[in-house]
Amino acid sequence: MAAPDYPGLDTLALHAGAQPDPTTGARATPIYQSASFCFPDSDYAASLFNIERAGHVYSRLSNPTNAVLEERIAALEGGVGAIATASGQAALHLAIITLMGAGSHIVASAALYGGSHNLLAYTLPRFGIETTFVDPRDPQAFANAIQDNTRLIFGETLGNPSLDVLNIPAIADIAHTAGLPLMVDSTTTTPYLIKPFELGADIIQHSATKFLSGHGIVIGGLLVDGGKFDWDSSGKFPTLSEPYKGFHNLIFTEEFGPAALIQRARKEGLRDFGACMAPTSAFHILQGIETLSVRMKRHVENTRAITAFLLEQDQVVRVGYPELDGHPDQALAAELLPNGCGAVFSFDLEGGRNAGIAFVDALSVFSHLANIGDAKSLVIHPASTTHHRMDAEALAAGGIGEGTIRLSIGLEDPKDLIADLKQGLRAAAKAAGGAR
Amino acid sequence: MHIEVAGESTYCYTNSRNIDPAKPSIVFIHGSGMDHTVWTLASRHFARHGNNVVSVDLPGHGRSSGRPLASIEAMAAWIFEVLDTLELSQAALVGHSLGSLIALECAARHPERVRALALVGTTSPMPVSDAILDAAEADDHAAFDMLTQWGFSKRHQFGGNRNSGIWMIGNTLRLYERSKPGVLHHDMRACNEYTEGTAAAAKVTCPALLILGAEDRLTPVRSTRALQDAIPNAMVEVLPGAGHTIMVEAPNAMLDALHQVI
Repeated sequence: MAAPDYPGLDTLALHAGAQPDPTTGARATPIYQSASFCFPDSDYAASLFNIERAGHVYSRLSNPTNAVLEERIAALEGGVGAIATASGQAALHLAIITLMGAGSHIVASAALYGGSHNLLAYTLPRFGIETTFVDPRDPQAFANAIQDNTRLIFGETLGNPSLDVLNIPAIADIAHTAGLPLMVDSTTTTPYLIKPFELGADIIQHSATKFLSGHGIVIGGLLVDGGKFDWDSSGKFPTLSEPYKGFHNLIFTEEFGPAALIQRARKEGLRDFGACMAPTSAFHILQGIETLSVRMKRHVENTRAITAFLLEQDQVVRVGYPELDGHPDQALAAELLPNGCGAVFSFDLEGGRNAGIAFVDALSVFSHLANIGDAKSLVIHPASTTHHRMDAEALAAGGIGEGTIRLSIGLEDPKDLIADLKQGLRAAAKAAGGAR
Repeated sequence: MHIEVAGESTYCYTNSRNIDPAKPSIVFIHGSGMDHTVWTLASRHFARHGNNVVSVDLPGHGRSSGRPLASIEAMAAWIFEVLDTLELSQAALVGHSLGSLIALECAARHPERVRALALVGTTSPMPVSDAILDAAEADDHAAFDMLTQWGFSKRHQFGGNRNSGIWMIGNTLRLYERSKPGVLHHDMRACNEYTEGTAAAAKVTCPALLILGAEDRLTPVRSTRALQDAIPNAMVEVLPGAGHTIMVEAPNAMLDALHQVI
C-alpha cells in the first residue's frame, strides 16, 4: 500500500494553518487585532508563561492571525515552524541573533539585497559579528572563507542584481561538512519556484512584502526553520544546546528537538527585540499566499514574454535572466528552477545614464518605485536611485551599468507592458542622441 | 539527565530538576519512533505542580544508547529498571501508543508500583498494517509518511496548531526521520505482537484513564471497547477533533484530562 499523498502546494496555500473560526464559523482567517489575551485563571496563566499549554499571551510573542501565516509558510516550505516578523530585514536579524553573538562570523554571498548587505557589512560589525562576502557562483569560495568562529552561511536563491543562481546543494554540503547551517533568502522565488529545504538548506528567510503577499500593500518578513540541522552534534550553537538563563535554564534542543531554533527565536529574539508582525499585515499576506501559484505562474509567463521582446531590441545590449543563452547560470537554473527564475531582472540600455533616466520617465504602465514583487509592473534605474552615490567604476563592480534598468514584471496583459516598454525605448534613443 | 540502565546510557527528561524522593513521580513514555520531546508541555506542567517528571527516551531512541527492545514485556521490565535506578518505589505512568501498551503492562506486572495510569492514543490489541510494517522494515521513508498522515485527524492535515508557529505535520515527520534505522520497525512489531493487553488490563488496580482522539485513524475509538471493558473502572476521555497524535493535536485538553488521574 502506498503512503497517502500530502496535500499539494496549491491546497496548502489556501488551507494550511487555518481552521474555520471555532466561535463564529468564519471561513477566512479573522484579524485578531488584540494586544493581549485573557487567562481563564491564574494557573492557566502560569502554564502559558511556562510553556505548558498552547495559547497566546501577548501579540509581540504570538497572535492567532500570525500563527496561521506562520504555519502556512512552514507547510509550504516543508519546515517545522516559522515566525512572522515586522519585515524581511527583521527575519534576517532574528535568525542571526538567535544563532550567534559577538565574536562570530558569517560567510555570505556578495550578491545580496542592499538592505541585507548593509546589515552584514556595516551594522553587525558594530556588535562584533563580521561577514566575509564571496562570489555566489563559486561554492569553493564559501568553503575557503569559513573560519573557526563562522556560524552561518547565507545567500539569496537568486542573487541581486545579476540573478546568480545559488547552488544550494553544493553550498549546503560545504556548510554541513563544516558543522554549519545554510540560510537562504527565497524572497524572489517563493516556494512555488524552489523548495530550498529539499535541496539542503536549513533556514529560509522571506520578505513577505514581495511575491508572497504579492500586491505591494504590506511590509512583513518570515523566518522558517527546516528542522533538520543537528545543533547538538555541531557543538557550535550554545544558544540552542546549552541552558538558557533567560528561561529557567531551558535547553532548546532538549525540549523542542527539531524545532529548537524557531522556539529559541520566539522565546528570546521576538520577545526581546520585539520585531513582531502586525496581525493585519499577517492577514494581508495570507490573502496573497492564497493565490501564490496562480500569480507566480503568470509572473513568470509575462517575464518570459518581456525578456523575449527585449532581446530583439537593438538598443538593449544585455538581458540578464538565467533562462536565457549567455547567462552563466543557465544550466544550474534549469536544474534548480525549472518553473522559472522569478519576475525580477535587469537589462542594459545603450546610451548610458541619460538613456536610462529617459526610459524610466517615459513609462506609464510600469510604476517607477523602489520595490519588487507587486502585482503591478515596476521599474527602477539603479544608477540614478538606489545606487546614485556610486561612480561608473563602482557601479560596474556591482554588476550595474549606467544604462542598467531593473524590472519587476507584474500581472498586466503583456501586450500593454510591451507597448509601454516601446515608449521607453523611443525616449531612451532620443536621449542617447539619435532616434531609431 | 542521563542514567545508566542495563549497561546503557539512558536519557530521562526531568525539567532540569533532581529527583526528590518526597514528591510524587510521573513517568512519561513516548510512542513508536518518537522521543521525550512529545511530552515537553505536559512534563513541564506537572513538574511545576510538584511532581518528579521522568520523560524517558526508550533504548535506541532519542538521546538513549542501546538497541531497541524487542517486546512490550521487555520494555515494561526496562521501565522498572529505570524506576529502580532512580530509587522510585512508585509512579504514575503516562504512555502514548506504544508507550501506552508499556504502561499497561507495567500496571499489570507490579500494580503496587503504579499509582495511576493514563493511556493516550491507545487500543489493545494494536495491530499494525503490513504496509507500515514492510515499509518500516525496509527503512523506507513511506513508513514515516504513513504514520504522520494517518497519525493526525483529517482536519489537522492542514495544521491549525494552537502551539504558535509550529507546523505539526513537519515537526512529527522530522522526529520520525531522526529515529535510527530499524528502530521504528522494532517498535511497530512490538505493538503488533503484543496480545496480552486485555489480560493485563484486568490486573490494573490503580485509577486508569484512556485519552482518545475522536478522529484517531490508527487506534480508532471504536477499537478500544475491549480495553475499556477490561480495565476495572476505566475512565475515558474522547477529545473532539484530535487524531492519534493527541499531545500535539489537543495539548491543552490532554493536560486537563490528565488531571483526572494525576
